[in-house]
Amino acid sequence: MSDIQIVEAPAGVEGSGFFATSLDKAIGMARANSLWPLPFATSCCGIEFMATMASTYDLSRFGAERLSFSPRQADLLMVMGTISKKMGPVLRQVYLQMAEPRWVMAVGACASSGGIFDTYSVLQGIDEIIPVDVYVPGCPPRPEGIIDGFMAIQKLVRTESLRRREEPQYQELLAKYGIQ
Amino acid sequence: MHNHPVYTDNDPQTEYSTLNLGPTHPATHGVFQNVLQMDGERIVSGVSTIGYIHRAFEKIAEHRPYYQITPLTDRLNYCSSPINNMGWHMTVEKLLGITMPKRVDYMRVIIMELARITDHIVCNSILGVDTGALTGFTYMMQYREAVYEIYEEICGSRLTTNIGRIGGFERNFNKIAFDKIRNFLKIFHVGLKEFESLFNRNRIFVDRTRGVAEVTAEAALSYSWTGPILRATGVDYDVRAMEPYSSYEDFDFEIPVGDNGDVYARFLVRNEEMWQSMRIIEQALTKLEKEPSDIFHADVPAFYLPPKEEVYNNMEALIYHFKIVMGEVETPTAEVYHAVEGANGELGFYLINDGGRSPYRLHFRRPSFINYQMYAPMSQGMLLSDAIINMSSLNVIAGELDA
Amino acid sequence: MGKIANEVLIKKLADKFPGQITESNQDYGLLSVETSREQITGVLSYLKTDSELKFTFLTDITSVHYPEQEKQIGVIYHLHSLTTNTRIRVKVFLSADDVHIPTATTLWDGANWMERETFDFYGVIFDGHPDLRRILNVDDMTVFPMRKEFPLEDPNRIDKKDYFFGR
Repeated sequence: MSDIQIVEAPAGVEGSGFFATSLDKAIGMARANSLWPLPFATSCCGIEFMATMASTYDLSRFGAERLSFSPRQADLLMVMGTISKKMGPVLRQVYLQMAEPRWVMAVGACASSGGIFDTYSVLQGIDEIIPVDVYVPGCPPRPEGIIDGFMAIQKLVRTESLRRREEPQYQELLAKYGIQ
Repeated sequence: MHNHPVYTDNDPQTEYSTLNLGPTHPATHGVFQNVLQMDGERIVSGVSTIGYIHRAFEKIAEHRPYYQITPLTDRLNYCSSPINNMGWHMTVEKLLGITMPKRVDYMRVIIMELARITDHIVCNSILGVDTGALTGFTYMMQYREAVYEIYEEICGSRLTTNIGRIGGFERNFNKIAFDKIRNFLKIFHVGLKEFESLFNRNRIFVDRTRGVAEVTAEAALSYSWTGPILRATGVDYDVRAMEPYSSYEDFDFEIPVGDNGDVYARFLVRNEEMWQSMRIIEQALTKLEKEPSDIFHADVPAFYLPPKEEVYNNMEALIYHFKIVMGEVETPTAEVYHAVEGANGELGFYLINDGGRSPYRLHFRRPSFINYQMYAPMSQGMLLSDAIINMSSLNVIAGELDA
Repeated sequence: MGKIANEVLIKKLADKFPGQITESNQDYGLLSVETSREQITGVLSYLKTDSELKFTFLTDITSVHYPEQEKQIGVIYHLHSLTTNTRIRVKVFLSADDVHIPTATTLWDGANWMERETFDFYGVIFDGHPDLRRILNVDDMTVFPMRKEFPLEDPNRIDKKDYFFGR
């Protein structure tokens, strides 16, 4: 028995022998189902990510089995775990090295807000240094939570307009973080 | 260690290249940075930098009441959080002079040994991944999930368990939990055997690991190594046997030791420890049947948080609840060192109490931190690929390393 | 070999270092002794090399800060004799303006990072240490964060202002 499911086609005009849709939607669909995540796993949440990748939860069902440890080829930066002030510049460097379009997911309380570690050495949320698209709460979030966050990213990717990255609002956002 | 010839600085042909390994390199499984001087594929010297997830546990602990420190210990070695939780609870119980009912001790032993198994599963199957065999990893992760389901049944959480309380457990194990433990033992017997037959005599795996990163017992002791990696060098130091806590003296188990301390010996020691852990759990289950089944905490109302329904309906329980939460409990002014055998070695809690709400000073003796410092010196003369599997067999957990 | 009794330990140390060793406590059966920094290397190497004691295993080095004491910074060594299964704790107190103490790396290789950690958190300077740098904190940190006067919380955080919590 095979229960392989194929992604539904985006809305469009269909007739005999042809199917028409907008380029945005076609590319969005392709991107959303072939995201290459860069797991920036530092601590506990990284172990839950390991479970997410492994046999029981199997993130590859969402087209993301190819982990890209090189930032150049990655689409999605998954920050999992506490980011200390010592680690901050490294994380920022990794983000800068990623090519557009790029998405960022903050997994877990530490990456989102510093979590229980309100201390002198911990960065109080990665959104102090890079823009974040999706936050996943939990300490650590369950694999279902990480998958849910990943699906939220997929939704963003699917619906993103092709010109978003050239828009002045986006440039403004980056400028706020001192990124050109 | 290897005795391969290494070019010296006098050699005119030599030009070393610098390789920055980490802090986010995928092969390091955590945030470790090593700046290596490379002569081709061979490491000439290395410098380790750590502290990339330093979270100031010890400083936080000085500002938290005792029961709020348990969640911090979760995040030390997050692959085997329950051992840290129990270690901390036992430290406080030692300070307060609480003796536990046997049944609680045995329940703790079950949880701690399950945690040891999960930790060793991660370490050994990742060692397989680093030598190029992903199969072991994908199969063994199922068993880790099975243990996580047991945790969920007992405390509701998977990874950072916060399991147990000072003075016992927050609730009794239910029937489903016991069934799951028994079922786990049944399936893991099969699974571990399969895993061993996949790796123990696998030519590629043995060639990659045997003779790699050999360590003498003298060197290991001088570097204060503890845990499976020390036992792999032939020293039979195990806190469970030397200073039994939580009634480990009631159990019949063996402490496996290796001979030459190489990666293969560490792998075998960890595998054997999983077998021994299963033996201990089986014995604990038998022993539990003879104990009264409704005891899951010591009778110390001054220190053990009462259940919520009693807090709302019983004046005394309300007072105790208030006192514990507000830190009004009387504690002795003393210092205490308590060690448990964590999955990576001796996990020590050094607590100085001044009778206040929170510890005056709490220091964690973290095995990963102490074990890892030999990494750079022992990598000298090693091939880069050997250094990678050496790191994964040291099983350094970043949270425990950096505290 | 069985555990060495604390009385025996104290007597041996007192005979070897007359007047230099004081007993601090025996909480929970673990003997704590206090000595001076002039004696610490001698005491540690005696404990390590004596044929009966054999405290060959360095469990831990850490530190503690008592701001109200005259000698504020305490350096604490935990040793373990694996053959006799005995533990001992050795303390040295230092004044805050002169936090120098000889290194233990000459006796144990493992003391290296433990001393670096102690330096990082408390600013204890171990004389003769091969590489005394910060280990966990960022290199350009100017304070020693575990000292009692240093605040815990991140001073840059803006969402924890008093008016949100009424504190």
